[in-house]
Amino acid sequence: MTRNTIGIALLTTALATTSALADDVTLNIESWRNDDLKLWQEKIIPAFEAQNPGIKVNFTPSAPAEYNAVLNSKLDAGSAGDIITCRPFDASLALYEAGHLADLSGLDAMSNFSDVAKSAWQTDDGSASFCVPMASVIHGFIYNKDAFADLGIAVPETEDEFFAALEAIKADGSYIPMAMGTNDQWEAATMGYNNIGPNYWKGEEGRLALIAGDQKLTDEAWVAPYATLARWGAYLGDGYEAQTYPDSQNIFTLGRAAIYPAGSWEVSGFNSLADFEMGAFKPPVRKAGDTCYISDHTDIGIGMNAATANPEAAQTFLAWVASPEFATIFANALPGFFPLSSAPVEIADPLAAEFVSWRGECESTIRSTYQILSRGTPNLENDTWGASVAAIKGASSPEELGQKLQDGLASWYTPQQ
Amino acid sequence: MNKARIRWHILVFLAPAVIVYSAVMVFPLFNTLRLALYSRVDQERVFVGLENFRTLFFDPIWSEQFWNALGNNFWFFIVHMLVQNPIGIALAALLSHPRLRFAALYRSAIFIPTILSFVIVGFAWKLILSPIWGIAPGMLDWVGLKSLYAPWLGKEEYALTTLALVSVWQFIGIPMMLIYAALLTIPEEILEAGEVDGITGLSAFWKIKLPLILPSIGIISILTFVGNFNAFDLIYAAQGALAGPDFSTDILGTFMYRTFFGFQLQLGDPHMGSAIAGAMFAIILIGVCIYLFGIQTRMRRYQL
Repeated sequence: MTRNTIGIALLTTALATTSALADDVTLNIESWRNDDLKLWQEKIIPAFEAQNPGIKVNFTPSAPAEYNAVLNSKLDAGSAGDIITCRPFDASLALYEAGHLADLSGLDAMSNFSDVAKSAWQTDDGSASFCVPMASVIHGFIYNKDAFADLGIAVPETEDEFFAALEAIKADGSYIPMAMGTNDQWEAATMGYNNIGPNYWKGEEGRLALIAGDQKLTDEAWVAPYATLARWGAYLGDGYEAQTYPDSQNIFTLGRAAIYPAGSWEVSGFNSLADFEMGAFKPPVRKAGDTCYISDHTDIGIGMNAATANPEAAQTFLAWVASPEFATIFANALPGFFPLSSAPVEIADPLAAEFVSWRGECESTIRSTYQILSRGTPNLENDTWGASVAAIKGASSPEELGQKLQDGLASWYTPQQ
Repeated sequence: MNKARIRWHILVFLAPAVIVYSAVMVFPLFNTLRLALYSRVDQERVFVGLENFRTLFFDPIWSEQFWNALGNNFWFFIVHMLVQNPIGIALAALLSHPRLRFAALYRSAIFIPTILSFVIVGFAWKLILSPIWGIAPGMLDWVGLKSLYAPWLGKEEYALTTLALVSVWQFIGIPMMLIYAALLTIPEEILEAGEVDGITGLSAFWKIKLPLILPSIGIISILTFVGNFNAFDLIYAAQGALAGPDFSTDILGTFMYRTFFGFQLQLGDPHMGSAIAGAMFAIILIGVCIYLFGIQTRMRRYQL
């Protein structure tokens, strides 16, 4: 305790000294979006600084895989930036409960967001909001339009059409049917299981029933997606077991693969890399005429370090992030990340617009494992990665995987016991 | 009787090393062990005694991961002992051959990987072995052995052995150098005396040189043991913190990292992480003690 007090004292002295020397207040932003460094430096920050003289903003991202660990260590050591980019759900909730994130419920601009948008960054009872919702990502499949035209394949709507298309591409042989690997594991769960799954468990209905304990991971709706994933294995490239995420991105953008199971966050990167025309289709439904469900996952929020030396400047910044002006800059500078604010935003990029158009046709949900269910040990999200990989490789049967996940979840989650 | 004068200069000269060593090694070590005895309940740190260790060893969820990681660690160590050290000794024996040409060149070439960063080694080998861009499938194809190629790093049954062999490739220079140095200290007279008695060539190696370098081999074994049980970097660089596929390359270091700092949605738990670190420390301590008291004291030494 004493050590902490001294640490904070030293830190505040250090901060006080720097702010006394500089005329401007400087805000440092912690983020995992190192891909967006240019966008922040060239578009977002200049726009903000032009309107708010006296506040300088620094965007200091770290690598996505290390972000949570790095951020937690920095916060504990008191060396984290003023503004914290928030992961959805429990990672940020834990930061709020540990007193690292400030309560933003009082911020006027929070009224620009729907309750669903805010839910990823609220306490379980919804009484406090601690991050401004920034963006969501939508799952689906990106395809090579030229390849589809070459082979005369129509965009699949149902699962049967989807596998027929894969079979046709495989039979032709000039393209790898689908670009995905299992080396990094998360793609199998995020772009596999949670991409196609909502059509099986009926989006929010199934997700909330699982949280309430009314459905189990051994139910048909939660096991069947693994059976479908098991059929993917035959259509992935040779040696997909050791294929990494960047490998898959490169294979697709080099035009060697026809279909890429995607999240909309790929759009801006792919636009700059691929020299063929791309289109997107939503996760195929099981039978023609079924209601479609899409994973429209609240992904990025932004909050304030409770220990910041510049709370007023930080709040000014957050209020601006919550404004429609930011939403417009962000959505168009970073197509594929869709703003969550209620104000409608015009998206110019055709591929990104295609993704966002599904919001009107289908029911939206978020990834099944993210809210509440990944709080305990074993961690359901991490286990889902492993299970999805095992399904694709055919290492375990879908029923075994469902049973294993259910056992793990039931071991700590009371509603499932 | 003269009172012994306090020899201040000894303290002064020792102080920098002792202070630095205590601050960056001894204190963190004991603080980590202390941390393992606590747990966080509702934002409060409470003392729980050995509860974390009980969870680690007996809770089915934790113990499964722990024994898996420990087993993988032993396999990692066995591969090093069976591949790295014998080849290192053989290379040293070849290099110390008086008529070998370009010995200095070979010596440097074999030693260079040791000074490379883990990240470079992990990344380079990942690329070499990649089924898509790698040169491994192509090279096997040239010699007509394409059918032997498999995406080794992505297969449960091969991934750990592959990484162990990559690590062997990287560190083979160390046993080679140590043994090479030991071989150079063997006086010519002994070898000549042996020659007079008819012991030449290979049998000179087995009967004279090997017994004389046994203490060095012991040191190398213990260095390998400590290095392997502390290993983390290569696995993390090549396979990430989840040590895939399906935890088949998970060793104690990656297990500790994941638990301590958290991973994706899994939040970090410094207390369980410290418990794993404590277990690693105990395992290494036991291993080193077995070596020091059980093996080294019984080893025969020869006065040269």
